[in-house]
Amino acid sequence: MREMIKAKAIELLENGTVNRVLGWKAGEFFYDLTPGIFTSREEIEETFEYSVFSAANLSKYLIAESRKEGKIAVFLKPCDSYSFQQLLKEHRIWRDRVYVVGIACDGMCSMDVIRDKGITGVTAVEEDGENLKLTTLYGDKTIAKADALLERCVHCKSRKVVVFDEMIGENGEEIPDSHRFDMVEKLEAMTPEERFAFWRGELSRCIRCNACRNVCPACSCEKCVFDNDKSGIAQKAAASDFEENNFHIIRAFHVASRCTDCGECSRVCPQNIPLHLLNRKFIRDINELYGEYQAGSDMDTKPPLMNFTTDDCEPSVVYERGGKV
Amino acid sequence: MQVNETFTPTIVAFCCNWCSYAGADLSGTNRLNYPANVKIIRIPCSCRLNPMFILRAFQRGADGVILCGCHPGDCHYTTGNYYARRRMTLLFSMLDFLGIEKERTRVEWVSAAEGAKFAATMNEFVDTVTKLGKNKRLEDLRCAK
Repeated sequence: MREMIKAKAIELLENGTVNRVLGWKAGEFFYDLTPGIFTSREEIEETFEYSVFSAANLSKYLIAESRKEGKIAVFLKPCDSYSFQQLLKEHRIWRDRVYVVGIACDGMCSMDVIRDKGITGVTAVEEDGENLKLTTLYGDKTIAKADALLERCVHCKSRKVVVFDEMIGENGEEIPDSHRFDMVEKLEAMTPEERFAFWRGELSRCIRCNACRNVCPACSCEKCVFDNDKSGIAQKAAASDFEENNFHIIRAFHVASRCTDCGECSRVCPQNIPLHLLNRKFIRDINELYGEYQAGSDMDTKPPLMNFTTDDCEPSVVYERGGKV
Repeated sequence: MQVNETFTPTIVAFCCNWCSYAGADLSGTNRLNYPANVKIIRIPCSCRLNPMFILRAFQRGADGVILCGCHPGDCHYTTGNYYARRRMTLLFSMLDFLGIEKERTRVEWVSAAEGAKFAATMNEFVDTVTKLGKNKRLEDLRCAK
C-alpha cells in the first residue's frame, strides 16, 4: 500500500496533473506522522510516509491549499472523505483545484494503545496481514492489528470513500452496526451526579491547547470566538471549572450537525480526553429527534441545525426523556 | 450560613423583542406579580440567542436561564424560532449530558397577548430553581460575589 501510494504521488506530479501532493511525513517520531506537502520526486522518495499511523485527516488543509496556484493531489481515507465532502458542501474547498486519491483503509493504529498493552521501546512497526510486527528495544513482538486500533477505528462507521477521482485499493461499505454510540448510551444511563463527576474527571485535565479546535475539519471559521483575548474565556482558568465546560460545550455545539465523527479531536488531545463523545452525543440526539443524518455523506441534504420542520419536538423533550433522573 | 429558604435565585430571561418582551410588558401593565429577581434581557429574536449567552449567564452568577419567544409559526422573521427550537433542544440535552441540572434551563413560547402566561411561567420557574438551590456546576469562581 505504501509503495502504491508513493508511486501514485510521483506519477501525478510527473505527468503534470498536479504541482504538489498533500500526504504524510514522519514527525518527531516514526509513529507521529504529520501532514506534509511534497513538490518533487526526490522529496516523495525520501520523506513521504504511509503506515498504520497515517491517521491525520488531510481534508482541512485543503481550505487554504485549494486557494493557491495550481492543482493539488490529496490522499483521503474513508473518514477523511466525509470531512472533505462536508467542506465542499460548505463551499470551503475549490473542488476543481483538488485531485482526490481515495485510499482503502482498515483502521489506523495508535502508539498510546500499544503502550497501554505494556509494550514499550518500540522502534519500528511493520504491517503483516492481520498482525503488527513490532521491533522493540527488548526484542521483537507480534500483536493483532485489531488490538492496536484507535478508538475511532474500533467503532468505524464507514469504509466507503464518498468522493474521489481515483481509488487505490477497493472501496468499502458503510458499517451500520458500528456500536459507536455505546459509550454515549452508557453515560446517558448514569445519574446526573455520576455524569457530572465523569466529565469533571475528564475535562479538568484540559490544558486549553486548542488542538481539538485546530485539527477539526468542521471547525474552520477564520475568526474563532475563543480567539478574543478580551472575552475572559480565551485561556485555561486556574481557578474554575466553568472554563473547560464552556469551551467544550461550545466547541462541540459549533460543529453539531456538521461533524462527520472523524474522531480527530480525541486523537490529537494530549490529555486523552474522549472529546468525540460530546460530538457523538449531538449526532445521537440529531438522529433520534430529527432523523438519521450523516454529515458529509452527500452533497444536497441540509444539516439538521440549518433546517427545521414545523412539527419539531419542543426543547422540553429533554426533561421528559426517561432513565436519566 | 445561608438557609435554603432565604435563597433567592437570579434568573435571566431572554425575551424576543416582538412577542415575549411585549408579553412581559403586558403582565406589568396588568399589575400581575412575578418575582423581581427575574432579569429580562431583550433580544431581537429567540434565534439570536447564542448558546454562549446561556453559559455566560451561568458563569456570571445566574441560577436559571429561560428563553421566551414567539410561538412557533408566529415569528416576526417567519422562521427564527424554529431554528432556536432545534438549537436549544440540543444544547439542553448536552447540558444534561454533562450532568448539569436540566431544570435550570427552559424555553417557553409567550406571545404579546399572554401577560398572564408570562407571569405564571416566571413564578413557576423561580420556584423550580429555588428548590434546586444555587448553581454550582456552571459557576465561575472568579465571578463569585
